[in-house]
Amino acid sequence: MRYAMAVDTKKCVGCSDCVVACQTENNVPIGYCRDWVVEVMDGTYPQLEIELRSERCNHCENAPCVRCCPTGASHIVDGGIVLVTPNKCIGCGACIASCPYDARYPHPKGYVDKCTFCIHRVNQGMKPACVAVCPTKCMYFGDLDDPNSEVSVVLKKRKYKTLIPEAGTKPHLYFLI
Amino acid sequence: MNEELIISGRENLMVDPHLHIWHWPIPLYLFLGGLAAGVLFFAALYYLMGKENEYRSAVRRVPFIAPIALVIGLAALFYDLRHKAFFWQLYTTIRIESPMSWGAWTLLVITTASFIWCALHIREFFPNWDWKYNWLKELETFFSKYKKQLAWVMLIFAIITGVYTGILLSAFNARPLWNTSVLGPLFLASGLSAGAAAIVLASKNREERLLFTKIDLIILGVELFLIVHMFMGFLASTQVQIEAAGLFLGGEYTMVFWIFVVVIGIIIPGVLDLMELRGRHIPAIIPGVLVLFGSLMFRFVFVFAGQVSRWLY
Ligand code: SF4
Ligand code: SF4
Repeated sequence: MRYAMAVDTKKCVGCSDCVVACQTENNVPIGYCRDWVVEVMDGTYPQLEIELRSERCNHCENAPCVRCCPTGASHIVDGGIVLVTPNKCIGCGACIASCPYDARYPHPKGYVDKCTFCIHRVNQGMKPACVAVCPTKCMYFGDLDDPNSEVSVVLKKRKYKTLIPEAGTKPHLYFLI
Repeated sequence: MNEELIISGRENLMVDPHLHIWHWPIPLYLFLGGLAAGVLFFAALYYLMGKENEYRSAVRRVPFIAPIALVIGLAALFYDLRHKAFFWQLYTTIRIESPMSWGAWTLLVITTASFIWCALHIREFFPNWDWKYNWLKELETFFSKYKKQLAWVMLIFAIITGVYTGILLSAFNARPLWNTSVLGPLFLASGLSAGAAAIVLASKNREERLLFTKIDLIILGVELFLIVHMFMGFLASTQVQIEAAGLFLGGEYTMVFWIFVVVIGIIIPGVLDLMELRGRHIPAIIPGVLVLFGSLMFRFVFVFAGQVSRWLY
């Protein structure tokens, strides 16, 4: 099993509902976020092109944050989801410095926190909160090893990219372009 | 035009607008670790070469800096942890892929070794020292018997510690400025030069001072060479590393790096060392303090600038 997410940059309208949904679902402390929306504007008026991306932890296959963690608090579970065990984390910040996407943050309680792909929901057969709430249905979630999963199907049909693939992290957050 | 904005307003503390997760305790700790490594390296080396009596300061007296520096460094490191109550988790596992993990174990070894070494030489400072308890006396006899082995452990772990202070940073491919393997030898060299400078500062023996002035001069030369080498590597690399090097080549860290680290920390003390060796009398305190200052600034500049450098989207 290999969980992945695909985000359609053509359908996203940048409403940031995914951000709010995540904050509510996961009790993210006020002032912090586990996901965020990036707008890239290219060209000069009137030839403008906009790309909108809802970003979060890429649940990298070759995760530098897991490699550099001195205690094993950062780890990869079945399905390839990268998690942090709060009671093993010493809050050294190595994993925060090691993530090229700046997807992690120090939780005010001391340990490091980040997107979990809503593993608590996924284990119950539900979709991650951000995917479930998106009003344009621009996000797809599922198992890459299952050819019939939403995410496998859409990745077959559409062109896509990952962020900073040259960092060698093998991200599992895809952006449909 | 290409403009990139986080329109949902991400303002994660210590991460935005650019990473600043590591503050002053980390560079301070890297400096103290490097200094201790340098001091212990020379103590062990000259002891093993049988020069204990000629270079008394280096072998017997200056090593007392090491345990103090290491304890302060470890305290600084601990202070910077955000989940302090769980720090013991560091010592429940060894993870070879994580420099911070094997570094923590290395520090445990080198700190213990430095304490034992100082205990064996405590009579340098307190001639009438008495260990009081029998088991302590027995321990002293035990380690005196194995002093040579202890020196070897110190020598090897001093090198590992010195290199580790650099590898800790160079292992982060997410921060292009740190991501160069030159950083290991460069930080080792910086630690050794700090160690040599400390010996020059402390020694009252002219011959010993001259030897370590010479050693200091050579290491400063090596450092300069490695710095040039590092920039050559950056500029011949990818756009992210070219931009990272740009922080020191016209960017916001240019002045502090070239003035404090290179000119004040390497070139001026190097020239003063040279003048001293040519027979002019230079008060040892000037080059010594400058080298220590440069070595400390080097850690600060690198830790802070590295956190600004990043991948382009
Ligand atoms: S995106 Fe960052 S935090 Fe997530 S797995 Fe990759 S390196 Fe780790
Ligand atoms: S902050 Fe926690 S999860 Fe991150 S590397 Fe340190 S111990 Fe591991």
